Amino acid sequence: MNSVLKLILDGEALDTAQIGKILGLGAEAVDRELAALRQQGVLLGMRPVLNPSYESEHRVRAVIEIKIRTEGVGGFDGIAERISSFEQVESCYLMSGGYDLLVVVTADNLYKVAGFVHERLARIDGVQGTSTHFFLRAYKKDGFIVNAEASRRDQPSVSP
Amino acid sequence: MDSSGRFVARHVATLPKSGIRDFFAIVSKMKDAVSLGIGEPDFVTPYHIREAAISSLEKGRTSYTDNRGTQQFREEISRYVAKNYGPEYDPETEILGTIGVSEALDILLRSTLNPGDKVLYHEPCYVSYAPSVTLCHAEAIPIRTVAADQFALDPAALRAAWQPGCKLLILNFPTNPTGGTADRSKLEAIAKFAIEKDLLVASDEIYSELTFEGDHVSIASLPGMRERTVFLHGFSKAFAMTGFRIGYACGPAAVIDGMLKVHQYGIMCAPIMSQEAAVEALRNGRDSMLHMRDKYRERRDFIVRRFNELGLPCHLPRGAFYAFPDITSTGMDSMTFAQKLLEQQKVAMVPGTAFGAAGAGFCRASFSTSYEKIHEAGERIARFLDTIPRR
Repeated sequence: MNSVLKLILDGEALDTAQIGKILGLGAEAVDRELAALRQQGVLLGMRPVLNPSYESEHRVRAVIEIKIRTEGVGGFDGIAERISSFEQVESCYLMSGGYDLLVVVTADNLYKVAGFVHERLARIDGVQGTSTHFFLRAYKKDGFIVNAEASRRDQPSVSP
Repeated sequence: MDSSGRFVARHVATLPKSGIRDFFAIVSKMKDAVSLGIGEPDFVTPYHIREAAISSLEKGRTSYTDNRGTQQFREEISRYVAKNYGPEYDPETEILGTIGVSEALDILLRSTLNPGDKVLYHEPCYVSYAPSVTLCHAEAIPIRTVAADQFALDPAALRAAWQPGCKLLILNFPTNPTGGTADRSKLEAIAKFAIEKDLLVASDEIYSELTFEGDHVSIASLPGMRERTVFLHGFSKAFAMTGFRIGYACGPAAVIDGMLKVHQYGIMCAPIMSQEAAVEALRNGRDSMLHMRDKYRERRDFIVRRFNELGLPCHLPRGAFYAFPDITSTGMDSMTFAQKLLEQQKVAMVPGTAFGAAGAGFCRASFSTSYEKIHEAGERIARFLDTIPRR
Protein backbone atom coordinates (compact mmCIF):
# COMPACT_ATOMS: atom_id res chain seq x y z
CA MET A 1 0.00 0.00 0.00
CA ASN A 2 1.06 3.58 -0.69
CA SER A 3 3.08 4.75 2.36
CA VAL A 4 1.24 8.08 2.66
CA LEU A 5 -2.13 6.32 2.53
CA LYS A 6 -1.00 3.76 5.08
CA LEU A 7 -0.03 6.50 7.51
CA ILE A 8 -3.32 8.38 7.09
CA LEU A 9 -5.29 5.19 7.66
CA ASP A 10 -3.48 4.64 10.97
CA GLY A 11 -5.76 7.40 12.24
CA GLU A 12 -3.19 9.63 13.90
CA ALA A 13 -3.79 13.38 13.62
CA LEU A 14 -0.89 14.32 11.36
CA ASP A 15 -0.66 17.21 8.92
CA THR A 16 1.17 16.93 5.60
CA ALA A 17 4.34 18.52 7.02
CA GLN A 18 4.44 15.91 9.80
CA ILE A 19 3.72 13.07 7.39
CA GLY A 20 6.51 14.39 5.15
CA LYS A 21 8.93 14.38 8.05
CA ILE A 22 7.97 10.90 9.20
CA LEU A 23 8.33 9.40 5.74
CA GLY A 24 11.37 11.48 4.86
CA LEU A 25 9.58 12.94 1.82
CA GLY A 26 8.94 16.64 2.46
CA ALA A 27 5.50 18.26 2.59
CA GLU A 28 5.26 18.96 -1.16
CA ALA A 29 5.88 15.34 -2.05
CA VAL A 30 3.11 14.31 0.36
CA ASP A 31 0.76 16.86 -1.23
CA ARG A 32 1.61 15.42 -4.65
CA GLU A 33 0.91 11.88 -3.40
CA LEU A 34 -2.43 12.95 -1.96
CA ALA A 35 -3.37 14.72 -5.19
CA ALA A 36 -2.49 11.58 -7.16
CA LEU A 37 -4.59 9.42 -4.82
CA ARG A 38 -7.55 11.79 -5.36
CA GLN A 39 -6.99 11.73 -9.11
CA GLN A 40 -7.02 7.93 -9.10
CA GLY A 41 -10.28 7.94 -7.15
CA VAL A 42 -8.63 6.09 -4.27
CA LEU A 43 -8.94 8.93 -1.78
CA LEU A 44 -12.41 10.51 -1.88
CA GLY A 45 -11.78 13.01 0.91
CA MET A 46 -10.57 13.46 4.47
CA ARG A 47 -12.76 14.31 7.44
CA PRO A 48 -12.23 14.38 11.19
CA VAL A 49 -13.84 11.64 13.25
CA LEU A 50 -16.09 13.46 15.72
CA ASN A 51 -17.36 12.08 18.97
CA PRO A 52 -20.96 11.06 18.14
CA SER A 53 -22.21 12.48 21.43
CA TYR A 54 -21.04 15.91 20.25
CA GLU A 55 -22.58 15.36 16.84
CA SER A 56 -25.89 14.15 18.27
CA GLU A 57 -26.45 17.46 20.07
CA HIS A 58 -26.92 18.98 16.65
CA ARG A 59 -27.91 16.11 14.37
CA VAL A 60 -29.75 12.82 14.34
CA ARG A 61 -28.53 9.90 12.31
CA ALA A 62 -30.56 7.02 10.97
CA VAL A 63 -29.97 3.95 8.90
CA ILE A 64 -32.65 3.11 6.34
CA GLU A 65 -33.12 -0.29 4.75
CA ILE A 66 -34.69 0.04 1.32
CA LYS A 67 -36.31 -2.64 -0.82
CA ILE A 68 -36.42 -1.80 -4.47
CA ARG A 69 -38.02 -3.02 -7.68
CA THR A 70 -35.70 -2.79 -10.65
CA GLU A 71 -37.98 -3.49 -13.64
CA GLY A 72 -38.43 -0.48 -15.85
CA VAL A 73 -36.53 1.91 -13.56
CA GLY A 74 -32.93 1.52 -14.71
CA GLY A 75 -31.66 -1.22 -12.39
CA PHE A 76 -30.01 -0.91 -8.96
CA ASP A 77 -27.41 1.59 -10.05
CA GLY A 78 -29.88 4.14 -11.35
CA ILE A 79 -31.89 4.17 -8.13
CA ALA A 80 -28.84 3.99 -5.86
CA GLU A 81 -27.21 6.92 -7.64
CA ARG A 82 -30.39 8.96 -7.42
CA ILE A 83 -30.67 8.29 -3.66
CA SER A 84 -26.97 9.05 -3.16
CA SER A 85 -27.47 12.48 -4.70
CA PHE A 86 -29.60 13.70 -1.77
CA GLU A 87 -27.54 15.85 0.60
CA GLN A 88 -29.05 14.11 3.66
CA VAL A 89 -27.48 10.82 2.54
CA GLU A 90 -24.13 10.17 4.17
CA SER A 91 -23.54 6.71 2.69
CA CYS A 92 -25.38 4.34 0.43
CA TYR A 93 -24.58 0.66 -0.18
CA LEU A 94 -26.06 -2.16 -2.25
CA MET A 95 -26.54 -5.09 0.12
CA SER A 96 -27.08 -8.81 -0.02
CA GLY A 97 -29.87 -10.29 2.09
CA GLY A 98 -33.36 -9.16 3.06
CA TYR A 99 -33.24 -5.68 1.55
CA ASP A 100 -31.36 -4.05 -1.28
CA LEU A 101 -29.96 -0.68 -0.27
CA LEU A 102 -28.60 0.47 3.07
CA VAL A 103 -28.62 4.24 3.43
CA VAL A 104 -27.22 6.29 6.30
CA VAL A 105 -28.81 9.73 6.62
CA THR A 106 -28.28 12.67 8.97
CA ALA A 107 -30.66 15.54 9.60
CA ASP A 108 -31.31 18.25 12.17
CA ASN A 109 -34.01 16.27 13.92
CA LEU A 110 -36.21 13.21 13.78
CA TYR A 111 -39.01 14.97 11.86
CA LYS A 112 -36.66 15.94 9.08
CA VAL A 113 -35.57 12.33 8.69
CA ALA A 114 -39.22 11.29 8.62
CA GLY A 115 -39.92 13.97 6.00
CA PHE A 116 -37.01 12.76 3.92
CA VAL A 117 -38.31 9.19 4.00
CA HIS A 118 -41.89 9.83 3.00
CA GLU A 119 -41.43 12.89 0.79
CA ARG A 120 -38.26 11.93 -1.01
CA LEU A 121 -37.44 8.24 -0.77
CA ALA A 122 -40.94 6.85 -0.89
CA ARG A 123 -41.73 8.87 -4.01
CA ILE A 124 -38.88 7.43 -6.04
CA ASP A 125 -40.17 5.05 -8.66
CA GLY A 126 -38.84 1.63 -7.80
CA VAL A 127 -38.70 2.07 -4.01
CA GLN A 128 -41.02 -0.61 -2.64
CA GLY A 129 -40.55 -0.22 1.07
CA THR A 130 -38.34 1.32 3.75
CA SER A 131 -37.43 0.50 7.32
CA THR A 132 -35.82 3.29 9.35
CA HIS A 133 -33.69 2.82 12.48
CA PHE A 134 -32.34 5.71 14.54
CA PHE A 135 -28.90 5.62 16.13
CA LEU A 136 -29.18 5.97 19.90
CA ARG A 137 -25.70 5.79 21.29
CA ALA A 138 -22.22 5.11 19.89
CA TYR A 139 -19.56 3.03 21.61
CA LYS A 140 -17.02 2.85 18.82
CA LYS A 141 -16.74 4.88 15.66
CA ASP A 142 -14.39 4.39 12.72
CA GLY A 143 -12.03 2.39 14.90
CA PHE A 144 -12.02 4.82 17.83
CA ILE A 145 -13.45 3.84 21.23
CA VAL A 146 -15.82 6.66 22.19
CA ASN A 147 -15.50 6.45 25.96
CA ALA A 148 -11.84 7.21 26.63
CA GLU A 149 -12.22 6.16 30.27
CA ALA A 150 -13.34 2.67 29.22
CA SER A 151 -10.16 2.17 27.24
CA ARG A 152 -7.82 3.86 29.72
CA ARG A 153 -4.55 2.05 30.36
CA ASP A 154 -2.50 2.41 33.50
CA GLN A 155 0.78 2.07 31.68
CA PRO A 156 3.70 3.60 33.59
CA SER A 157 5.32 6.45 31.66
CA VAL A 158 8.80 5.05 32.23
CA SER A 159 9.61 1.35 32.60
CA PRO A 160 12.71 -0.81 32.20
CA MET B 1 12.20 7.68 63.11
CA ASP B 2 12.17 4.41 61.20
CA SER B 3 15.18 2.37 62.18
CA SER B 4 14.03 -0.84 60.54
CA GLY B 5 16.88 -0.52 58.04
CA ARG B 6 19.00 -2.55 60.46
CA PHE B 7 16.92 -5.58 59.52
CA VAL B 8 17.78 -5.34 55.83
CA ALA B 9 20.50 -7.72 54.64
CA ARG B 10 23.84 -6.08 53.83
CA HIS B 11 23.93 -7.21 50.21
CA VAL B 12 20.42 -5.82 49.70
CA ALA B 13 21.07 -2.56 51.56
CA THR B 14 24.09 -1.87 49.38
CA LEU B 15 22.31 -2.80 46.14
CA PRO B 16 21.65 0.38 44.12
CA LYS B 17 18.05 1.19 43.22
CA SER B 18 17.17 1.03 39.53
CA GLY B 19 18.03 4.38 37.91
CA ILE B 20 14.72 4.13 36.10
CA ARG B 21 12.75 4.34 39.34
CA ASP B 22 13.85 7.86 40.28
CA PHE B 23 13.23 8.99 36.78
CA PHE B 24 9.77 7.50 36.70
CA ALA B 25 8.87 9.39 39.88
CA ILE B 26 9.62 12.72 38.17
CA VAL B 27 7.88 11.91 34.88
CA SER B 28 4.74 10.56 36.49
CA LYS B 29 4.12 13.88 38.26
CA MET B 30 4.63 15.92 35.11
CA LYS B 31 1.70 16.91 32.92
CA ASP B 32 2.08 17.07 29.11
CA ALA B 33 5.31 15.08 29.16
CA VAL B 34 6.06 13.13 25.99
CA SER B 35 7.49 9.86 27.16
CA LEU B 36 9.92 7.81 25.10
CA GLY B 37 10.68 5.93 28.29
CA ILE B 38 8.23 3.09 28.02
CA GLY B 39 9.83 -0.33 27.94
CA GLU B 40 6.78 -2.21 26.74
CA PRO B 41 4.59 -2.43 23.63
CA ASP B 42 2.08 0.37 23.12
CA PHE B 43 -0.32 -2.20 21.71
CA VAL B 44 -3.01 -3.83 23.77
CA THR B 45 -2.71 -7.64 23.80
CA PRO B 46 -4.35 -8.95 20.59
CA TYR B 47 -8.01 -9.68 21.22
CA HIS B 48 -7.93 -13.40 20.45
CA ILE B 49 -5.30 -13.81 23.16
CA ARG B 50 -7.27 -11.77 25.69
CA GLU B 51 -10.30 -13.85 24.80
CA ALA B 52 -8.44 -17.03 25.72
CA ALA B 53 -7.82 -15.59 29.20
CA ILE B 54 -11.46 -14.50 29.51
CA SER B 55 -12.62 -17.92 28.41
CA SER B 56 -10.33 -19.55 30.97
CA LEU B 57 -12.02 -17.52 33.72
CA GLU B 58 -15.50 -18.20 32.37
CA LYS B 59 -14.82 -21.92 32.46
CA GLY B 60 -13.79 -21.56 36.07
CA ARG B 61 -10.21 -22.56 35.40
CA THR B 62 -8.81 -20.77 38.41
CA SER B 63 -6.72 -23.43 40.12
CA TYR B 64 -3.02 -24.08 40.59
CA THR B 65 -1.40 -26.02 37.79
CA ASP B 66 1.52 -28.40 37.68
CA ASN B 67 4.54 -26.46 39.00
CA ARG B 68 6.04 -26.55 35.52
CA GLY B 69 2.86 -25.27 33.87
CA THR B 70 0.07 -27.24 32.21
CA GLN B 71 1.07 -30.05 29.90
CA GLN B 72 -0.66 -28.25 27.02
CA PHE B 73 1.41 -25.10 27.72
CA ARG B 74 4.68 -27.04 27.79
CA GLU B 75 3.82 -28.99 24.66
CA GLU B 76 3.00 -25.79 22.76
CA ILE B 77 6.27 -24.21 23.95
CA SER B 78 8.15 -27.28 22.76
CA ARG B 79 6.56 -27.07 19.29
CA TYR B 80 7.03 -23.29 19.01
CA VAL B 81 10.69 -23.33 20.03
CA ALA B 82 11.54 -26.27 17.73
CA LYS B 83 9.79 -24.62 14.79
CA ASN B 84 11.16 -21.10 15.24
CA TYR B 85 14.53 -21.61 16.92
CA GLY B 86 15.58 -25.19 16.15
CA PRO B 87 16.29 -27.07 19.37
CA GLU B 88 13.80 -29.67 20.55
CA TYR B 89 12.94 -29.81 24.25
CA ASP B 90 11.06 -32.51 26.13
CA PRO B 91 7.92 -30.99 27.71
CA GLU B 92 8.26 -33.43 30.63
CA THR B 93 11.78 -32.67 31.76
CA GLU B 94 13.24 -29.75 29.85
CA ILE B 95 10.59 -26.98 29.94
CA LEU B 96 9.42 -24.81 32.83
CA GLY B 97 6.70 -22.12 32.72
CA THR B 98 7.58 -19.02 34.75
CA ILE B 99 6.41 -15.55 35.73
CA GLY B 100 8.03 -13.90 32.73
CA VAL B 101 11.70 -14.06 31.79
CA SER B 102 12.41 -12.09 34.97
CA GLU B 103 11.57 -15.04 37.17
CA ALA B 104 13.16 -17.52 34.77
CA LEU B 105 16.49 -15.70 34.91
CA ASP B 106 16.28 -15.20 38.68
CA ILE B 107 15.68 -18.88 39.42
CA LEU B 108 18.31 -19.91 36.91
CA LEU B 109 20.86 -17.79 38.77
CA ARG B 110 19.68 -18.96 42.18
CA SER B 111 19.75 -22.61 41.22
CA THR B 112 23.16 -22.60 39.54
CA LEU B 113 25.37 -20.08 41.37
CA ASN B 114 27.40 -20.77 44.46
CA PRO B 115 28.55 -17.79 46.52
CA GLY B 116 31.59 -16.24 44.84
CA ASP B 117 30.85 -17.63 41.36
CA LYS B 118 31.33 -15.18 38.53
CA VAL B 119 28.84 -14.28 35.82
CA LEU B 120 29.68 -12.60 32.52
CA TYR B 121 27.13 -10.33 30.86
CA HIS B 122 27.25 -7.74 28.10
CA GLU B 123 26.52 -4.11 28.91
CA PRO B 124 24.50 -1.87 28.34
CA CYS B 125 21.82 -4.36 29.28
CA TYR B 126 18.50 -4.88 30.99
CA VAL B 127 18.50 -3.42 34.50
CA SER B 128 18.09 -6.64 36.45
CA TYR B 129 21.03 -8.76 35.32
CA ALA B 130 23.82 -7.52 37.59
CA PRO B 131 21.57 -6.98 40.68
CA SER B 132 20.10 -10.49 40.30
CA VAL B 133 23.63 -11.92 40.28
CA THR B 134 24.56 -9.86 43.34
CA LEU B 135 21.51 -11.17 45.17
CA CYS B 136 22.94 -14.67 44.69
CA HIS B 137 26.17 -13.60 46.47
CA ALA B 138 27.90 -13.99 43.14
CA GLU B 139 29.94 -11.52 41.12
CA ALA B 140 28.70 -9.90 37.91
CA ILE B 141 31.39 -9.11 35.34
CA PRO B 142 30.33 -6.69 32.60
CA ILE B 143 31.62 -6.85 29.04
CA ARG B 144 31.30 -3.51 27.28
CA THR B 145 29.60 -3.42 23.88
CA VAL B 146 30.01 -0.36 21.67
CA ALA B 147 28.05 1.62 19.08
CA ALA B 148 30.76 1.14 16.42
CA ASP B 149 30.00 -2.59 16.64
CA GLN B 150 26.21 -1.95 16.73
CA PHE B 151 26.34 -3.17 20.34
CA ALA B 152 26.90 -6.80 19.35
CA LEU B 153 29.10 -8.77 21.77
CA ASP B 154 32.64 -8.92 20.43
CA PRO B 155 34.02 -12.44 21.08
CA ALA B 156 37.46 -10.90 21.71
CA ALA B 157 36.02 -8.67 24.42
CA LEU B 158 34.37 -11.73 25.97
CA ARG B 159 37.71 -13.54 26.04
CA ALA B 160 39.40 -10.51 27.58
CA ALA B 161 36.76 -10.20 30.31
CA TRP B 162 36.83 -13.87 31.28
CA GLN B 163 38.58 -14.77 34.52
CA PRO B 164 38.90 -17.94 36.60
CA GLY B 165 35.67 -18.64 38.49
CA CYS B 166 33.36 -17.61 35.62
CA LYS B 167 30.49 -20.08 35.45
CA LEU B 168 27.72 -18.42 33.51
CA LEU B 169 27.32 -16.09 30.54
CA ILE B 170 24.12 -14.06 30.09
CA LEU B 171 23.22 -13.10 26.52
CA ASN B 172 20.33 -10.93 25.36
CA PHE B 173 19.90 -10.43 21.62
CA PRO B 174 18.21 -8.29 20.42
CA THR B 175 19.30 -6.22 23.37
CA ASN B 176 17.35 -3.86 25.59
CA PRO B 177 18.37 -0.92 25.50
CA THR B 178 20.59 -0.92 22.39
CA GLY B 179 18.72 -3.05 19.86
CA GLY B 180 22.02 -4.86 19.30
CA THR B 181 21.85 -8.26 17.62
CA ALA B 182 24.40 -11.03 17.13
CA ASP B 183 24.82 -12.71 13.77
CA ARG B 184 25.60 -16.38 13.34
CA SER B 185 29.37 -15.96 12.99
CA LYS B 186 29.63 -13.92 16.21
CA LEU B 187 27.45 -16.41 18.05
CA GLU B 188 29.59 -19.29 16.76
CA ALA B 189 32.71 -17.65 18.16
CA ILE B 190 30.92 -17.02 21.47
CA ALA B 191 29.70 -20.63 21.53
CA LYS B 192 33.20 -21.93 20.88
CA PHE B 193 34.51 -19.87 23.77
CA ALA B 194 31.68 -21.05 26.07
CA ILE B 195 32.57 -24.65 25.29
CA GLU B 196 36.30 -24.01 25.79
CA LYS B 197 35.70 -22.45 29.23
CA ASP B 198 32.81 -24.77 30.16
CA LEU B 199 30.35 -21.90 30.64
CA LEU B 200 26.62 -22.31 31.10
CA VAL B 201 24.81 -19.80 28.84
CA ALA B 202 21.57 -18.03 29.78
CA SER B 203 20.08 -16.70 26.57
CA ASP B 204 17.32 -14.13 27.13
CA GLU B 205 15.45 -14.17 23.81
CA ILE B 206 12.55 -11.92 24.84
CA TYR B 207 12.92 -9.63 21.80
CA SER B 208 13.83 -12.36 19.29
CA GLU B 209 10.61 -12.16 17.23
CA LEU B 210 11.16 -8.40 16.95
CA THR B 211 14.20 -8.77 14.70
CA PHE B 212 13.92 -6.40 11.75
CA GLU B 213 16.83 -7.40 9.54
CA GLY B 214 18.21 -10.86 8.97
CA ASP B 215 17.13 -14.01 10.77
CA HIS B 216 17.40 -14.31 14.50
CA VAL B 217 19.72 -17.13 15.52
CA SER B 218 19.57 -18.61 19.00
CA ILE B 219 22.85 -19.75 20.48
CA ALA B 220 20.96 -22.81 21.76
CA SER B 221 20.68 -24.01 18.15
CA LEU B 222 24.45 -24.11 17.55
CA PRO B 223 26.36 -27.42 17.72
CA GLY B 224 27.34 -28.37 21.25
CA MET B 225 25.29 -25.59 22.83
CA ARG B 226 21.94 -27.18 23.61
CA GLU B 227 23.45 -29.04 26.57
CA ARG B 228 24.94 -25.87 28.08
CA THR B 229 22.29 -23.26 27.23
CA VAL B 230 19.13 -22.27 29.02
CA PHE B 231 16.79 -20.68 26.51
CA LEU B 232 14.69 -18.01 28.27
CA HIS B 233 11.68 -16.54 26.59
CA GLY B 234 8.33 -14.94 27.28
CA PHE B 235 5.28 -13.30 25.76
CA SER B 236 5.59 -9.70 26.94
CA LYS B 237 7.22 -8.10 23.93
CA ALA B 238 6.30 -10.10 20.82
CA PHE B 239 2.66 -10.59 21.84
CA ALA B 240 2.24 -7.39 23.89
CA MET B 241 1.45 -9.39 27.05
CA THR B 242 3.54 -7.62 29.71
CA GLY B 243 0.74 -7.62 32.30
CA PHE B 244 0.17 -11.38 31.94
CA ARG B 245 3.61 -12.00 33.48
CA ILE B 246 4.25 -15.23 31.64
CA GLY B 247 7.42 -16.77 30.26
CA TYR B 248 9.42 -19.98 30.19
CA ALA B 249 12.79 -21.64 30.33
CA CYS B 250 14.00 -24.53 28.16
CA GLY B 251 17.24 -26.32 28.89
CA PRO B 252 19.06 -29.47 29.90
CA ALA B 253 17.02 -31.60 32.33
CA ALA B 254 19.31 -31.31 35.36
CA VAL B 255 19.40 -27.52 35.18
CA ILE B 256 15.62 -27.26 34.66
CA ASP B 257 15.15 -29.65 37.58
CA GLY B 258 17.23 -27.35 39.82
CA MET B 259 15.23 -24.33 38.65
CA LEU B 260 12.01 -26.22 39.32
CA LYS B 261 12.98 -26.63 42.98
CA VAL B 262 13.44 -22.88 43.45
CA HIS B 263 10.28 -22.20 41.43
CA GLN B 264 8.07 -24.62 43.34
CA TYR B 265 9.05 -23.23 46.74
CA GLY B 266 9.02 -19.59 45.71
CA ILE B 267 6.25 -19.29 43.15
CA MET B 268 4.30 -22.56 42.96
CA CYS B 269 3.17 -21.98 39.38
CA ALA B 270 2.44 -19.28 36.82
CA PRO B 271 -1.22 -18.10 36.79
CA ILE B 272 -3.39 -20.53 34.87
CA MET B 273 -5.23 -17.86 32.86
CA SER B 274 -1.91 -16.44 31.69
CA GLN B 275 -0.79 -19.92 30.66
CA GLU B 276 -3.98 -20.39 28.64
CA ALA B 277 -3.61 -16.98 26.96
CA ALA B 278 0.00 -17.91 26.17
CA VAL B 279 -1.12 -21.16 24.53
CA GLU B 280 -3.36 -19.12 22.21
CA ALA B 281 -0.46 -16.75 21.44
CA LEU B 282 1.80 -19.69 20.56
CA ARG B 283 -0.84 -21.32 18.37
CA ASN B 284 -2.40 -18.36 16.60
CA GLY B 285 -0.50 -15.19 17.48
CA ARG B 286 1.88 -14.99 14.55
CA ASP B 287 -0.18 -12.63 12.36
CA SER B 288 -0.75 -10.16 15.19
CA MET B 289 2.93 -10.32 16.06
CA LEU B 290 4.00 -9.63 12.46
CA HIS B 291 1.59 -6.69 12.26
CA MET B 292 3.09 -5.14 15.42
CA ARG B 293 6.62 -5.81 14.20
CA ASP B 294 5.91 -3.91 10.98
CA LYS B 295 4.63 -0.95 12.99
CA TYR B 296 7.76 -0.96 15.15
CA ARG B 297 10.01 -1.09 12.11
CA GLU B 298 8.31 1.93 10.49
CA ARG B 299 8.62 3.93 13.69
CA ARG B 300 12.22 2.85 14.11
CA ASP B 301 13.14 4.18 10.67
CA PHE B 302 11.62 7.55 11.54
CA ILE B 303 13.09 8.01 15.01
CA VAL B 304 16.59 6.91 13.99
CA ARG B 305 16.60 9.25 10.99
CA ARG B 306 15.34 12.06 13.24
CA PHE B 307 18.09 11.60 15.84
CA ASN B 308 20.74 11.59 13.14
CA GLU B 309 19.26 14.73 11.55
CA LEU B 310 19.39 16.40 14.96
CA GLY B 311 23.09 15.61 15.26
CA LEU B 312 22.67 12.87 17.87
CA PRO B 313 24.35 9.92 16.12
CA CYS B 314 22.17 6.84 16.32
CA HIS B 315 22.87 3.39 14.90
CA LEU B 316 20.01 1.47 13.30
CA PRO B 317 18.83 -1.04 15.93
CA ARG B 318 18.20 -4.35 14.19
CA GLY B 319 15.79 -5.58 16.84
CA ALA B 320 13.67 -4.67 19.90
CA PHE B 321 11.97 -1.25 20.04
CA TYR B 322 14.61 1.10 21.37
CA ALA B 323 16.80 3.72 19.73
CA PHE B 324 20.01 4.45 21.60
CA PRO B 325 21.38 7.82 20.42
CA ASP B 326 24.80 9.12 21.38
CA ILE B 327 24.37 12.42 23.25
CA THR B 328 28.03 13.21 23.97
CA SER B 329 28.08 16.08 21.43
CA THR B 330 25.98 18.05 23.92
CA GLY B 331 28.83 17.97 26.42
CA MET B 332 26.46 16.53 29.03
CA ASP B 333 26.45 13.18 30.72
CA SER B 334 23.43 10.91 30.16
CA MET B 335 21.67 11.77 33.41
CA THR B 336 22.13 15.54 33.00
CA PHE B 337 20.92 15.37 29.41
CA ALA B 338 17.85 13.35 30.35
CA GLN B 339 17.03 15.56 33.32
CA LYS B 340 17.44 18.85 31.45
CA LEU B 341 15.47 17.57 28.47
CA LEU B 342 12.69 16.58 30.83
CA GLU B 343 12.75 19.85 32.78
CA GLN B 344 12.99 22.16 29.77
CA GLN B 345 11.02 20.38 27.07
CA LYS B 346 9.14 17.67 28.97
CA VAL B 347 10.48 14.78 26.94
CA ALA B 348 11.37 11.63 28.85
CA MET B 349 14.25 9.46 27.66
CA VAL B 350 16.01 7.02 29.94
CA PRO B 351 19.67 7.83 30.67
CA GLY B 352 21.95 5.15 29.23
CA THR B 353 23.69 4.73 32.58
CA ALA B 354 20.49 3.15 33.96
CA PHE B 355 21.60 0.15 31.87
CA GLY B 356 25.12 0.04 33.25
CA ALA B 357 28.28 2.13 33.05
CA ALA B 358 28.73 1.17 29.38
CA GLY B 359 25.57 3.18 28.63
CA ALA B 360 27.35 6.45 29.53
CA GLY B 361 26.98 9.02 26.76
CA PHE B 362 23.72 7.52 25.46
CA CYS B 363 20.01 7.71 26.18
CA ARG B 364 17.33 5.17 25.43
CA ALA B 365 14.28 6.24 23.42
CA SER B 366 11.47 3.74 23.00
CA PHE B 367 9.78 3.87 19.63
CA SER B 368 6.93 1.74 20.86
CA THR B 369 4.67 4.77 20.73
CA SER B 370 2.61 6.79 18.26
CA TYR B 371 4.01 8.76 15.34
CA GLU B 372 2.41 11.85 16.87
CA LYS B 373 4.45 11.42 20.03
CA ILE B 374 7.68 10.60 18.25
CA HIS B 375 7.21 13.60 15.97
CA GLU B 376 6.43 15.91 18.88
CA ALA B 377 9.40 14.57 20.85
CA GLY B 378 11.64 15.24 17.84
CA GLU B 379 10.46 18.87 17.64
CA ARG B 380 11.02 19.37 21.36
CA ILE B 381 14.47 17.78 21.30
CA ALA B 382 15.36 20.08 18.38
CA ARG B 383 14.32 23.11 20.45
CA PHE B 384 16.29 21.80 23.42
CA LEU B 385 19.42 21.28 21.33
CA ASP B 386 19.11 24.83 19.94
CA THR B 387 19.64 26.19 23.45
CA ILE B 388 22.94 24.44 24.09
CA PRO B 389 26.34 24.91 22.51
CA ARG B 390 27.40 21.81 20.59
CA ARG B 391 30.80 20.24 20.36
